Amino acid sequence: MRSVGSKVTGVAGAALLTLLLFPIYWMIASSLTPESRLFQSPPLLPSTLSLDHYRALFDERDFLIPIRNSLVVAATTTMVALPVAALCAYALARLRFRGRGVLLALILAVSMFPQISIVPPLYLILRELRLLDTYPGLVLPYVTFSAPLAVWLLTAFFRQLSPELEEAAMLDGASRLRALWDVVLPLAVPGVATAAILTFLYCWNEFLFALSFTLGPERYTVPVAVTLFRGRYQVPWGQVLAATVVATVPVALLVLTCQRRIVAGLTAGASKG
Amino acid sequence: MAAVRIEAVAKTYPNGHRAIRHVDLAIDEGEFVVLVGPSGCGKSTLLRLIAGLETPTSGRIVIGDADATGLPPQARDLAMVFQSYALYPHMSVRDNLAYGLKVRRLDQAVVAQRVADVAAALDISALLQRRPAQLSGGQRQRVALGRAMVRQPKAFLLDEPLSNLDPALRAQARAELRRLHRRLGVTVVYVTHDQEEAMTLGGRIAVMRDGAIEQVAPPLDVYARPANVFVAGFIGAPAMNFVPATLAGIDAPAGAVAGIRPQDVVLGASGQLQAVVDLVEPRGHDHLLHLRLDASGVPPLLAVVAGGAPPALGAGVLLTLPRERLHLFDGRTGTRLS
Repeated sequence: MRSVGSKVTGVAGAALLTLLLFPIYWMIASSLTPESRLFQSPPLLPSTLSLDHYRALFDERDFLIPIRNSLVVAATTTMVALPVAALCAYALARLRFRGRGVLLALILAVSMFPQISIVPPLYLILRELRLLDTYPGLVLPYVTFSAPLAVWLLTAFFRQLSPELEEAAMLDGASRLRALWDVVLPLAVPGVATAAILTFLYCWNEFLFALSFTLGPERYTVPVAVTLFRGRYQVPWGQVLAATVVATVPVALLVLTCQRRIVAGLTAGASKG
Repeated sequence: MAAVRIEAVAKTYPNGHRAIRHVDLAIDEGEFVVLVGPSGCGKSTLLRLIAGLETPTSGRIVIGDADATGLPPQARDLAMVFQSYALYPHMSVRDNLAYGLKVRRLDQAVVAQRVADVAAALDISALLQRRPAQLSGGQRQRVALGRAMVRQPKAFLLDEPLSNLDPALRAQARAELRRLHRRLGVTVVYVTHDQEEAMTLGGRIAVMRDGAIEQVAPPLDVYARPANVFVAGFIGAPAMNFVPATLAGIDAPAGAVAGIRPQDVVLGASGQLQAVVDLVEPRGHDHLLHLRLDASGVPPLLAVVAGGAPPALGAGVLLTLPRERLHLFDGRTGTRLS
């Protein structure tokens, strides 16, 4: 029975994996297929490989600029949002104050607004502040939208940690902030890393704000740049796919490396065994 | 090292729970005071109030000569050993010991010296490189104790530090704690629910119930002259027997209750009361008998009899409750009468 069960699980797992990975495979394979063959009924294995699309991407389009923009915006947002979210989450997880539940719900509600509904007001605000087509003009809205999720994640994570560890640190002479820095954060590394990855991914993939608040190729982020590849008469699918590969691979690598670093069980042995 | 005074302290939580109703307690410099009571009696809350981890609703906490009521924990210069030990899992034993000194910005050489001294005193020098997860329960307990000692604080607060050890280790650790206290002469406030631990460790014990202290006295005084029925029943093992005073055959106000410890009940050829042996628990050097009295409405009486052959199950016995061994309590309030 058990072997049948495990076989079924194995087959289901393989099927799911194929389903998930096939588009990625297709994307990579097509990005290496010469333009002329892209629309012939395609074989599963490409017969000729070429790097033409990639060359065009970097020589003709200077795709490094949107990559740089996306990196700057995503990294800055992560670096701004996480400390704010961590402090906020710590307060929500540990301090007793009136209206804590309501506050937590409100924070979540912020991230539930349909983005499109606040594009016009945000546009006006950013124009007033002369932040249109600048990095801060993207970072600020991104922080507002990504911080709530980080707050929720970290609140849940901090709550799992034994308060006695911070109490011990405070009796050892540390202030609450020092205890947070020395004891809580090192133990919350898995949660902080998860929150950082999600924040980074949100910014990396965000499209609507980036499209609305940037005005030219100098500030386009990757999703905007790729969308605007299309010319008046044709869509350069090969380049679009090559760009997608370029945009996906670094992020996939980042997530995979960070995942290794997320060492579960770091807190094992904190208390009685 | 310093004295600790708790003056008219009360603690009510926002949800209305009154954890501490009213407590006055003066702990002298260098004294070992044990707070003991059943779970939920407020003993841990009282310890956390002293530590500054909770703020009292009313009253004052004085450490040394200074009012510490409003001070945060880090400003009180106290050390605490938690029931879970609360060792920093991401730091080595050495860093765990040194953390409190580093936070206080002590000179590195001084830190290293003090850590080495404490580690040697507690016999954990070989473990300094390890992480808490790599230690046994007993070793963790020592590290937790070392973390408190290394700081040379004004007072030690210990919250059931032995309850996670197995019984053999616990007895050993208890003896070590006593020796350590004798050598260092520090002020200690120790919380436990185990009356035996309280008896053996405390210079004085404070028996607590429902957020108030029922009696504070040296262990033997509490044992010999419990202030009320609750203390009498809580301190001493097996627990004291209670019978109506009239049954014990003495003059007492109406409704008075007489208490007698199982060790003081005398079984013999003659006696004032008749009973039937209901249960025999051999304990090695003696036996614990559960006796059913003929009188109705009286709970079974416990008696400890010396080793040898115990009376058979179901056998009738005669027993005496020696007058000088009886404790008399008011039937209504439970307070001691004599």
